[in-house]
Order: sequence, then C-alpha cells, then structure tokens
Amino acid sequence: MPLPTPQPNVRVVTLRIDDRDLSAREDETLIEVCRENRIPIPSLCHLDGLSVWGGCRLCMVEIAGQGRLVAACSTRVAEGMTVQTDTERLRHYRRTIVELLFAERNHVCSVCVSNGHCELQSLAQRCGVDHVRLPYRQAPYPVDSSHEMFRLDHNRCILCTRCVRVCDEIEGAHTWDVMGRGSDCRVITDMARPWGESETCTSCGKCVQVCPTGALVKQGTSAGEMVKDQHFLPILARRRHAR
Amino acid sequence: MHLEDLAEQAAQYRNEDAHIEREVRVCVAASCQSSGSLPVLEALKSACDTQGAGSCKVKGVGCMGLCSAGPLVAVADKDCALNESVLYRDVTPDDAPDIMASVCSTPVERLRCPTDQPFFSRQQRIVLEHSGLIDPDSLRGYIAVGGYAALVRALTEMTPADVLREVTTSGLRGRGGGGYPTGLKWSTIAKMPPGQKYVVCNADEGDPGAFMDRAVLESDPHRVLEGMAIAAYAVGASKGYVYVRAEYPLAVERLETAIRKAKRAGFLGAKVADTQFAFEVEIRLGAGAFVCGEETALMASIEGLRGQPRPRPPYPAESGLWGCPTLINNVETFANIAPIIREGGDWFAAIGTEGSKGTKVFALAGKIKNTGLIEVPMGTSLRDIIEVIGGGIPDGRAFKAVQTGGPSGGCIPEAHLDIPVDYDSLKTLGTIMGSGGLIVMDETSCMVDVARFFMEFCMSESCGKCIPCRAGTWQMHALLDTLTKGRGTRADLALLEDLCDVVRATSLCGLGQTAPNPVLSTLRYFRDEYEAKLLGDA
Ligand SMILES: Cc1cc2nc3c(=O)[nH]c(=O)nc-3n(C[C@H](O)[C@H](O)[C@H](O)COP(=O)(O)O)c2cc1C
Ligand code: SF4
Ligand code: SF4
Ligand code: SF4
Ligand code: FES
Repeated sequence: MPLPTPQPNVRVVTLRIDDRDLSAREDETLIEVCRENRIPIPSLCHLDGLSVWGGCRLCMVEIAGQGRLVAACSTRVAEGMTVQTDTERLRHYRRTIVELLFAERNHVCSVCVSNGHCELQSLAQRCGVDHVRLPYRQAPYPVDSSHEMFRLDHNRCILCTRCVRVCDEIEGAHTWDVMGRGSDCRVITDMARPWGESETCTSCGKCVQVCPTGALVKQGTSAGEMVKDQHFLPILARRRHAR
Repeated sequence: MHLEDLAEQAAQYRNEDAHIEREVRVCVAASCQSSGSLPVLEALKSACDTQGAGSCKVKGVGCMGLCSAGPLVAVADKDCALNESVLYRDVTPDDAPDIMASVCSTPVERLRCPTDQPFFSRQQRIVLEHSGLIDPDSLRGYIAVGGYAALVRALTEMTPADVLREVTTSGLRGRGGGGYPTGLKWSTIAKMPPGQKYVVCNADEGDPGAFMDRAVLESDPHRVLEGMAIAAYAVGASKGYVYVRAEYPLAVERLETAIRKAKRAGFLGAKVADTQFAFEVEIRLGAGAFVCGEETALMASIEGLRGQPRPRPPYPAESGLWGCPTLINNVETFANIAPIIREGGDWFAAIGTEGSKGTKVFALAGKIKNTGLIEVPMGTSLRDIIEVIGGGIPDGRAFKAVQTGGPSGGCIPEAHLDIPVDYDSLKTLGTIMGSGGLIVMDETSCMVDVARFFMEFCMSESCGKCIPCRAGTWQMHALLDTLTKGRGTRADLALLEDLCDVVRATSLCGLGQTAPNPVLSTLRYFRDEYEAKLLGDA
C-alpha cells in the first residue's frame, strides 16, 4: 500500500509501544503506527480512509504516566510516549465491551448471513468471549428489506457508523444518519424512510461492504455467504486526498 | 467612553430616582413566578397607584433565594440589601393593600419571613450581589449599581494581559463542574495565534435539581454578558454565544432583552464603549439534552450538528467552534468576572480556601427546610449549609445523606458532614462539587433507589455514540433495578461493580466516565443497604 508522501513540515518522533522502539510521523495516530508495525489493536468503528469516530472504545491503550486510558484511533503519537496495548486490564475491558455489544441486540451468529465473515464475531473469538455474562436486552428491532439489492437488519447493528461515514465522506450521498439517543439509537436512511424509497442512495453498495457485521448485507445471501470487501476504501480515500 | 462618563451616567440614574425612598421588590424569577408572583406584582403596582405612595416604587426583581417560601416580596429602603429588608413570604394579590399600607408604618406580621435567620445572614453574595435587588430587564438599574464599569475599566485602563493577570491571581476555578483554573484556560486561548476566536457561555444546566445558572440569567443577565465581554477582550475573541436550554424561556427572554439593550447602549457590538474592541453575542437554544453541556457536544450543537461529543484532545482552546480557538465557561464563572476586575484578583483570592477561591452558589433541594438558592464562601462546612443555613431536615426526621455533583457526583453520609465544601475535599469523599446541586436525603431514602435514579438519568441521557456508556448504563440500570426489587444476587452485585470500572475507564466523554459515581459512592458508604437487599445465597 503506498503511503502518502510526508508533508514538508512534519517531524518524525520516536516512541515505545509494547517494549518496541518505533518511529512515526508526528501527525500519525497510535492506531496507524500500530497497524504499520503489525501490532494488533482491536477496533470496530475505525476504518482507514474514514474520519475518526472513537465510539467502539476497543482500541484503548495505556500510556505511561497518564492515569486515563486513551483511544489509539484518536490519539496522536508524541516524542517519548510509552504505550502498552495488551495488558490484563485492557483485555478485561475489551472482553466486557464485546459482551456489552452482544447483549445489546441480537447476535446469534449461527443464523446470520455474515457468519464466518463478521468482524464482531472474529473479535469475540480473539478476545476469548465464549459466553456472555450479561443478560440479553431482547429488544425487537425491525428489518428493512425495501431496497432491491441490500438489506438492513437493525438487530445486528453495532452503531459503529461506518455506513454513515462512508456514504457521506466517500460516496458523497449522505443517505445514512443516526437517530435517537442512548440505547434507542438506530441508523436511518434519509429522513427515516425505508431504504428502498431513499432519494439519495445511489445503490453503490459501499455501506454494505464496510459494515462489520451482518447488519448490512446483499439480498439473497444465505448464512455464511456474505463476504465483505473493503480494499477499495483506502485506495479511494487516498486518491481523493491526493487530488 | 471613559470610566468617569459611566460613573456620571450611574449617578444620574440614581439621581432620577432620588425621590424614591422605599422599594417594594417582587421576585419575578421562575420559581416565584410559578407560585404566582406576577399577579402579586400587578396588585402591588395598582395598590401603589391608588394608595398614592409617591416616594415608593414597586418593581420586579430577581431571585431572593428562599424559593420554597415564594412568592417573596421585600420592602426596603432604597439600596438596602436583602437581609436589611422586611421580607414577606407566600404573598397573594389580596395582601397587596396591607403591604402597601405597611411601607411607611409597621410591617404585616402575618406575612413576615425573618431576615435575621442564618439562611440570609450566613450567606456571602458575590455572584448574586444584585439578585433580588435590581430589575433584571433594566439596563439603567444595572448601570446604577455599577454595572459595566468593570468592562469599561478593562477596555480603557487595562491590557488583555492585565485582565488575564487579575483573573489568574483571583484563583477562580470553573463553576461548571470540572473546576479547571479559569485564568489558565483564558491564557491558553489568548496565546493561540490571532485570528477568529470565540467565547461561549455554557448555560445548558442539565443536572437534575440544579437551577443556579437559570437564576443568575433570570436575575442579572447583564452581569453574564459583561463577564463574557471582558473574557473576549482578554483572549482576543470577537464573537460569543450563549448556549441556553430551550426549557428556560424566561432566562432566554431576559437574556435577549439584555443583549438588545447592551448593544444599543454600546456595551456590545462593533465599538464597545467607543473603543476598537468589537464583540457580538448570540443566543443558541439547546433542546435540553444533558450531554450537550459537555463542551465538544455543545460546540457540535452550536455548529448545527448532532450534539455528540468527540475525543479530546484537541481541546476547544486549540480547536473549537469551526476549528477556531474557543473559550467555554459556565454562567457562574462569567458572573464572577466583573467583581474580580472591580475589586482585584487579590480580594477574590482572600475569600474561600487554599485551593478553592471565592464563593459558590448552591441549589438546596430535597428533604431540607429551606429549599432554594444560596451563596456561601468555599470552605463552609456541609453541616453549616444543611443544618444552619438550610434549617435542617423537616418533620423531625434524621439526616441520611447529601448528594452533590448531580449524576456525576456522589452521596456523603452524616459522618463526613463537617468537611469544608471545596473542590478537593469533596473529591477525597468520592464525590465532586459539580455545578452546585445539593440534594438532601433523610432516613426514609433508600440509597440503592438513589443510585438507580441517577443511573436511569444517565441511561436515558447517553448520546449513544460509545458502547460502554450506551450499553453499560443500560445494564447497570437493569442490575440496580433487580437489586432494588430484592431480586439480586451476590454475583449481580459483583457484576455491577465490574461494569462501574469498565464504563468509567472506557467511555468517551464525561457523561459515561462519571455515570458510575453515584453507584460507587453509595456502595462506599451504604454497602449494607445493597447487601440487605440481596437474595439469600441459598
Ligand atoms: C455530560 C456533561 C454535562 C455537562 N453539563 C454542563 C452544564 O450544563 N453547564 C456547564 O457549565 N458545564 C457543563 N459541563 C462541563 C463543561 O463541559 C465544561 O467543562 C464547562 O462548561 C467549562 O466551564 P467552566 O470552566 O467555567 O466550568 C458538562 C460536562 C459533561 C461531561
Ligand atoms: S449504497 Fe451507497 S449511496 Fe446507498 S446508502 Fe449505501 S453507501 Fe450510501
Ligand atoms: S449498519 Fe453496519 S456499518 Fe452501519 S452502524 Fe450498523 S453495524 Fe455499523
Ligand atoms: S460517554 Fe455516553 S454521552 Fe459520552 S460519548 Fe459516550 S455514549 Fe455519548
Ligand atoms: S477504533 Fe478507536 S474507538 Fe473504535
């Protein structure tokens, strides 16, 4: 993957992540440096090429000398920073966050078309979530199948807003948004009209490809079939950026 | 405009009222209005006309503090403070003739509310110095008591650096909850490269039980505008916003009037007080979402976006409204500025405690005799506030706990009542000063219920952006609900404590980070109440 050419005034700093000395451009975020150096940081809302959201809180890391944890996706590197990405405490928090997500809506993987190709599912496996300690919320959510090519199942949505951001920032349609607050939040198309009646959607499918779960899928796929392809995103984002 | 011109103007206004010897002041702030003070004002005005008391003036004024006894009417010699006046409580329009007749003779005993009680005598009013004395809608009234002199003085006799020095010397800390040093915040914005900068007054006030900021805006709106203008001069801003919740229509109305009049008189606008300094103020209405008091969400809301926090840094001081450096302070913080400039930072720093200077306005609510608004020096003990000023617990019941800091705070039991109220002492007890809401609870309160109440608030006010807050508060509320109903197990309690830790450590903004506090503090002091409700371990 080609990296953007460094800006003339950007300095390079050195920092220590998980006991490794690394160098980074000072305008980079911790998650970018970690990914470059193959240090795994779990994340669900972050996607290279989209704006920073900071909502899933899975990327949190410990910084020496700082009481608070910080989100790696929204924290810039600094000279001399010492970072731990995989402590016992962080593993416990990440595990709990994944459990909170599972208990919030319906994530019964065995009947999901994304089974086997889902970022939430594989994250749960990585975090060792083999059961959920929390009671399931069991709120019934609707499914919107009105679009001729795609389907939205709110029960599988984790509100990462990747769809909102890709449609707005890359496709330029701004079909998606979020309505409500707290646990009543849900993604909507246009002014909460059925997706099939949307006047802004170009049916480009970008939202479906970036959705980490089985919330956005192609119509007609059956369990285990829905493979997502996100390689277009950084390429498109960089081309636009270069222009 | 020179300071002398303004002083002359003030003298002239006072002169025009020289024939008035006595004033009948009717509280027209929201609480007294809701108990019917406007008809009382009308009745008093017409009684004044018919009974022909030419040397007496009936006027509407701001909050006098003892809201539970409203409508309040004070009769006093002009320029006399509240505690030197004859105060009447629970006044009805029918009482108007009696009150007017008493102006120059003996007071109406059946309506009297003693002003020599500690509720009045133990207060020290700086923020509220004009509250209950001047007509909030009158610019003349504000100028007559020395209003805008601090602004004119800052603009004509001080450099921005001088102003910053006074504010820093004063030791004033933000009254919106965090307690961040105001001088330091101002200096940071002043140091940002010149260009577009903004000043924002946070009047969102979403904490349940809090109405300090509302009272200040309803009682003395020019005071807040003056503080904002001085701030703008100090940091180099030319535009300001007051973000008020739409549920405060009276505050909004008074603020609008104040802005209009201040602009016409040249205290806002292109050439403030005939100097080169320009400052415009606009009101922005919030829809009343608690999270919109959080500064990054507030800014998003002003920009017309969904009121949702974003990660900090960058802080507003560096990148705020539309990416420009932005100063955000609370209403009460701004209301402290004019007296600091008038009397000097050292004067202010001499009041209060080592780490918390000045006074603090508190809203007393709950199981307490005198509910209402008070202002006391920092360092006053909680016991003084509750037992002496607040008059103690009614109905012969025993005190149990006091909740400070709203949904971000915690409960303090009897054993710690002698603690001085300041930012740092409260923190050692696992709670915070917050914006100044004090909710008193007596022996009948169940502390698990209290924790559930605050968790319900946070759950329904969560913006939903980040998962620990959105789903975590829901789970914690469900657990607390189970516990209050006596259906919880020891494992539920352990899970609740675990979630407190996760939500506090991982939430994106202050709402989620502090949502567990009421649970943690009740667990700390009243764990036995949680245990007593557990199902047997059988
Ligand atoms: C959820 C949340 C709600 C808040 N609500 C208010 C509020 O209603 N009024 C306020 O002044 N500050 C509120 N704050 C604090 C502000 O974000 C900010 O710190 C404050 O306005 C700064 O002003 P100060 O330095 O004068 O205190 C809130 C913070 C959080 C996290
Ligand atoms: S298909 Fe394309 S245009 Fe339609 S909602 Fe998805 S991203 Fe937006
Ligand atoms: S539909 Fe998919 S991409 Fe959109 S918010 Fe939900 S989980 Fe994220
Ligand atoms: S902590 Fe709560 S209010 Fe704050 S961003 Fe997260 S969900 Fe929104
Ligand atoms: S990836 Fe950082 S919060 Fe989601």
